[in-house]
Amino acid sequence: MKSTQEIYNLLKEKFQEKVIQHLNTLPKEEVIEVRPESINEIVEFLRDDKELHFDNLILLSGVDDANGSKNKLEDGTEEITGGTLSVYYHIESMDLRHKLVLKVSAPRENPEVESIYDVYGCANWHEREAFDMLGIIFKNHPDLTRILMPYDWEFGYPLRKDYRNPEFYQGMKVPY
Amino acid sequence: MALKTEEMVLNMGPQHPSTHGVLRLEIELDGEIIINVKPHIGYLHRCFEKHCEAMTYPQIIPYVDRMDYLASIYNEFGYAVAVERLLDIKVPERVEYIRVIMGELQRIASHTVAIGTYGLDIGAFTPFLFLFRDREKILSLFEMTCGARLLYNYIWVGGVSHDLHPNFLRQTKEFINYFKPIITEINNLLTYNKIFIERTANVGILPLDAAINYGITGPNLRASGLKWDLRRDDPYSIYDRFDFEIPVGKGWMGTVGDCWDRYYLRILEMEQSLKILEQAIEQIPDGDITSAIPKRIKPPEGQIYARVENPRGELGYFIMSKGGLQPWRVKVKAPSFVNMSIFGDLCRGHLIADVVAILGSIDIVLGEVDR
Amino acid sequence: MIFEFFADLLGSQILSAIIIAALPLVFIILYVLLANWLERKVSAHMQDRLGPMRVGWHGWLQPIADMIKILQKEDIVAKDADRKLFSAAPVLVFVGCYAAFAAIPFSSAFVGADLELGLLYILAVSSIVVAGILMAGWASNNKYALIGAVRSAAQIISYEIPTVFIILCIIIVSGTLNLTTLSEQQSGTFLNWYILGGDVEGWKKFALIPFMFIGFIVMYISSVAESNRTPFDLPEAESELVAGYHTEYSGMKFAMYLFAEYANMFVVSALVVAMFLGGYQSPFGYVGDLINVPWLIPIEQFFWFTVKGLFFVFVQMWLRWTLPRLRVDQLMALCWKYLIPIAFVNLLIISFLMIL
Repeated sequence: MKSTQEIYNLLKEKFQEKVIQHLNTLPKEEVIEVRPESINEIVEFLRDDKELHFDNLILLSGVDDANGSKNKLEDGTEEITGGTLSVYYHIESMDLRHKLVLKVSAPRENPEVESIYDVYGCANWHEREAFDMLGIIFKNHPDLTRILMPYDWEFGYPLRKDYRNPEFYQGMKVPY
Repeated sequence: MALKTEEMVLNMGPQHPSTHGVLRLEIELDGEIIINVKPHIGYLHRCFEKHCEAMTYPQIIPYVDRMDYLASIYNEFGYAVAVERLLDIKVPERVEYIRVIMGELQRIASHTVAIGTYGLDIGAFTPFLFLFRDREKILSLFEMTCGARLLYNYIWVGGVSHDLHPNFLRQTKEFINYFKPIITEINNLLTYNKIFIERTANVGILPLDAAINYGITGPNLRASGLKWDLRRDDPYSIYDRFDFEIPVGKGWMGTVGDCWDRYYLRILEMEQSLKILEQAIEQIPDGDITSAIPKRIKPPEGQIYARVENPRGELGYFIMSKGGLQPWRVKVKAPSFVNMSIFGDLCRGHLIADVVAILGSIDIVLGEVDR
Repeated sequence: MIFEFFADLLGSQILSAIIIAALPLVFIILYVLLANWLERKVSAHMQDRLGPMRVGWHGWLQPIADMIKILQKEDIVAKDADRKLFSAAPVLVFVGCYAAFAAIPFSSAFVGADLELGLLYILAVSSIVVAGILMAGWASNNKYALIGAVRSAAQIISYEIPTVFIILCIIIVSGTLNLTTLSEQQSGTFLNWYILGGDVEGWKKFALIPFMFIGFIVMYISSVAESNRTPFDLPEAESELVAGYHTEYSGMKFAMYLFAEYANMFVVSALVVAMFLGGYQSPFGYVGDLINVPWLIPIEQFFWFTVKGLFFVFVQMWLRWTLPRLRVDQLMALCWKYLIPIAFVNLLIISFLMIL
């Protein structure tokens, strides 16, 4: 069983600048932030290392940080430019009983994150969901298509904070 | 001369008797043998996570009910645990006991549906109605407590909405005594039926390493042979006080992790739930139930991931707060969603009839898959 | 015989033939209404429910209400379906079952056509059903229907083989293919039924009993399979194939399938009864003999035949609401690996016994 600080030191030593920082000021959960293009090798190391053995991906969740500049549009809604979208990875080791939260942030305009589906099988659908909801593009994902929304939904990504409902979808009125 | 054959694509669903909701399976067939299955989900998508961002913490609870509508109490339980951990609330003893009693009753109710509909998938109609009859009795207990039979809005952050009815404990005891022989009856009627075993044993085998890699949880993981139950391994509420066993799949009728194991594990879990219920009814203290309910829920900036053992597996809530009255982001780890993701791999090489058998054995609720 | 009776009464053989042909139809309709009600009640009481209770006493008028409803239904034909075949298929399926009724001896006085090759005739005409089902599956232009139809064809044809083997056993023992003669041979008490060795003399009768019993079981299993009932209802397995070959049918065409299914249940039960359980013979003797009223005997025989037939229909329902469904490969394995070898060995042993 290892604490997040120990794992952070280990990772920092091995991956150098690919590991950005250890966020432990906010309550409840400590987070290690890493670079989005190297998340898959870090996760693979975490899974295969005998001491760490993070064999289970609990949850992969995309979050809109909405930390860019906001400008009001004429109809009263907001549009966000700049800033980042983040992905949180909750992983755990089922036999060593420790948990870890990883975070990657990618720029909002081009949110590209490396896919980890070949490390954890269940990341496949989680990543599709994050793509579907937030438009985060997972590179090297085998089938990055919409999963919960209709395949032909072309009005953006609903969980982004500046998402606006379309007036009509295939002739049906959307805001009811 | 070889006959020229071609593959057929069969669309099972969205409207189909045994897809357990609105699920579309795109099945590539070679005769009756399955080459590939592609599940298409999302027909029941109700924007749960988007809704959460526009609502205060207590307002979310009724929405939580509607995810896994067969285990609503447990969804509320998980959500309450998550928000309480975020707020550092300690709930009264009696509330914890009530939650455990309700949770275990809900687990039995959910498993009766899982077992009953599984029989229906295999073609046995009668066990389904027997088990629904017994589920009604549990629902009546819920109705007696909070007035609702399916979507309860019962477990609140820091407490529960109503105290137990004076007759509740007596009737629950009666139910436990009534339900024990029912399990034997179902075993005789369905579990050890030769045709049923033929249909389910050695079908849809889920090896342990694949199960862990795909993040499968709950009875499906335990059927593959790993003793992993969050009630024991990551205790929440007061589950560490009770004495119960965690059944694991042993390949009783075939291989470890086949459909029969997954089915039978649910029956064993019902027995364990009855055991927990008996202990909880013995131990439940008197006391106040509303004292810990906060007037206003405004957590500090931060994030939390809390998880509970839902009847279908690990139900987790990732709640991110930016200090407002509304959560910044609520992401649900829905066990059905994760369990569903391995479905395509399980089906490959089986027959059409096995698709139904495998789908029933992983026991998904589409409301939770799509959220 | 009934044909001569009507011919004398009406003075016309054609009219008489028409009446004789219509009589089984009346029987089928009445029986289907009863069986439909019975199925609901049987299933309901097995499942801790009451079943239909509103229309008439314990819902006995429910099938009639359903018939009225089903007659009013719109007759839907899917756009891409082959219209002609689609309409012909239910008729063909029903005709197959209906034609089989011609040779069934309901009593010594009431048999539509007293054929010398009655057993073979029933086997042959009930095979028309396969053609009807395949037509339905193909013409619906629906994948579920097609899979169901192909399954059904494979199933019915496979299960005819053990049936034929067992029929051969009976032919060897009885020396006749005529169903009326077969029934006459089993007159007297139930000790003369072929399941108890028939009217064979001496020790052979006792030697035959176990093999006749095996034959009876095999015959009944394969006949349940031939009428596509649970646990062999794969062609219409609702959890996989929605409704199998009749997925696309509605209204009266659907009702034809319903009629055919119930009629077929009775035909296979009647065949089992005629072969093994004394046909229309009473197990104890007749009241008509006792009080010396000869015209009462055919009516009593009709009663016994219907009761025996309905009992086996009831057993089919019982099985349906108790057992799960087999998978298609297990269904074939059951037929080819177990029933056919058993039936064949049974045939050899019985032939050997009869030569001795």
